Parts: sequence; structure tokens; C-alpha cells
Amino acid sequence: MTPLAGYLLIAALLFSIGLAGALTRRNAILVLIGIELMLNAANLNLIAFWRYGPHPEALTGMMFAIFSIAVAAAEAAVGLGLVIQIHRHAKTTDLDQMNRMKG
Amino acid sequence: MSFVFYILATLTVAGALAAVLLKNTVHCALALTVAFAGLALLFLNLDAQFAGFAQILVYIGAVAILVVFAILLTKGSETPKDGVFSRTWLAGLAVAAAVFAVLGWAVIQTANLLPSSAPTPTVTVQQIGQALVGRYVLPLEIVAVLLTAAMIGAVIIAMHEKDGVK
Repeated sequence: MTPLAGYLLIAALLFSIGLAGALTRRNAILVLIGIELMLNAANLNLIAFWRYGPHPEALTGMMFAIFSIAVAAAEAAVGLGLVIQIHRHAKTTDLDQMNRMKG
Repeated sequence: MSFVFYILATLTVAGALAAVLLKNTVHCALALTVAFAGLALLFLNLDAQFAGFAQILVYIGAVAILVVFAILLTKGSETPKDGVFSRTWLAGLAVAAAVFAVLGWAVIQTANLLPSSAPTPTVTVQQIGQALVGRYVLPLEIVAVLLTAAMIGAVIIAMHEKDGVK
């Protein structure tokens, strides 16, 4: 197996673990953790393709990964702010109990 | 495939698995930090030093701390009585397994077409900085605006409203 295939498989595995976490956990914070894992798996793909791609000196994949990290940080801040506000409103972070849209 | 890669891959996957499987939410956040550290080491193993250290600074330094703060503020460390997994966990697990099967199948099928080796790229931080203020200056500015908006938005959303004061 080539190194690139190994990295891609690890990224696929991380993405699936994150997806499973986001889909099966009840706590809203754990769902956000799963989403972070999925974003990181995408970053690993970008960096791996940059490393083994034809023109690493053009920095395209590297820049994509850096901007992706910045956007993920913004997403985490807003997502966790939303979770805190929902907890203040509904007194729970259990997603199974959040079955109403009306406050 | 080097020996180092297998160690780092095992560390990262073990951290990720622990992050989604453990019962205590604080333990999940700590396991998530291990997974982020493993990913940063994988980036360093891929000769992407800048991305690796950015990963350590942003994820281990900021996102993990944010997650811990959110757990503390929502009393999320208390394990619920009726299990940590949703009622529809079987469907979620099936979807995730199907996604992994498709991705893994695609990688295995094309493994022979992928380049087996590439010369080590010599990219300095100076080159990255010049690219950021040269060719990628517009995305950089947009990310700056996005981060400012996200910071203000997060503060406004999470701000505590006193009774009667909106």
C-alpha cells in the first residue's frame, strides 16, 4: 500500500468515527466533537494530497487546510455558544429531549 | 509505510474512538485532545510543519479548551441515567459504516493509481507568509472578517440576558 493510500484510509476512518459520534450521541457537545473530527479528517486529506501531489511548491492544498482550520475554529465558537444558550433555555443538552421548536 | 505512521495512526484513531465512545463527557474532551495531537503529528510526518503547529495552536489550544468550558457551563459532565447514545443509534452507526465502506472501497480501488512517493517539499514559513499576503490575500481578508463576525456572534448568542432586559 502506498503512503498516500494509508493516509486516505486513516482520514476515511476518522471521518466515519466522527460521523458515527455525531449521529449516535445524545449530548449536543458530543455531536460538535464528532463534527470537529470530520473536519479534521478532511484537513488530513488535503495535507496528504498536497504532500504527494505534483506541485507542492504551489501550496494550494496547504492553504486550503489552513483556511479550513480557521473556518472550523469559527464554527466551534458559534456552535458551543449555541449549545450554552440552548442549555440555558431548555435546561438540558440532551438532543432526544429537544423535540419542540416553540420555546 | 513507515513504522512512525502506524504508531501515529493508532494513536489518532484510538483517541477518536475514545472521544465518541466514553461515557463521561470530560473524558471525551480529553480523548479528543489526544486525537487532535495525533493529527498534528501526522501533519508533521507529512512535512507540513506550519499546518501541524497551526493544528496544535488552534485545536489543542483553543477548540479543546472551548469544549471543556462548554461542558462546565452546561453541567454536561453528569452521565445521563438512560445511556449516552441516542434512540436511533443503530441507524446512525449503519450510516457511518456505509460511508466508511464507500470511502475505503474508493481508496482501495484507486490505490495503484496513487503516486507512491514524492520528493520532500521544501516549504518555508516565509513562502507561506508571502503566499498569504500575495496570491491568497483575498481569502485571508474574508477569513479575518468571518472570524470577527463569528467571535461577535458567539458572544452575543452566549450572553446572559437579565430578566426584563433584552
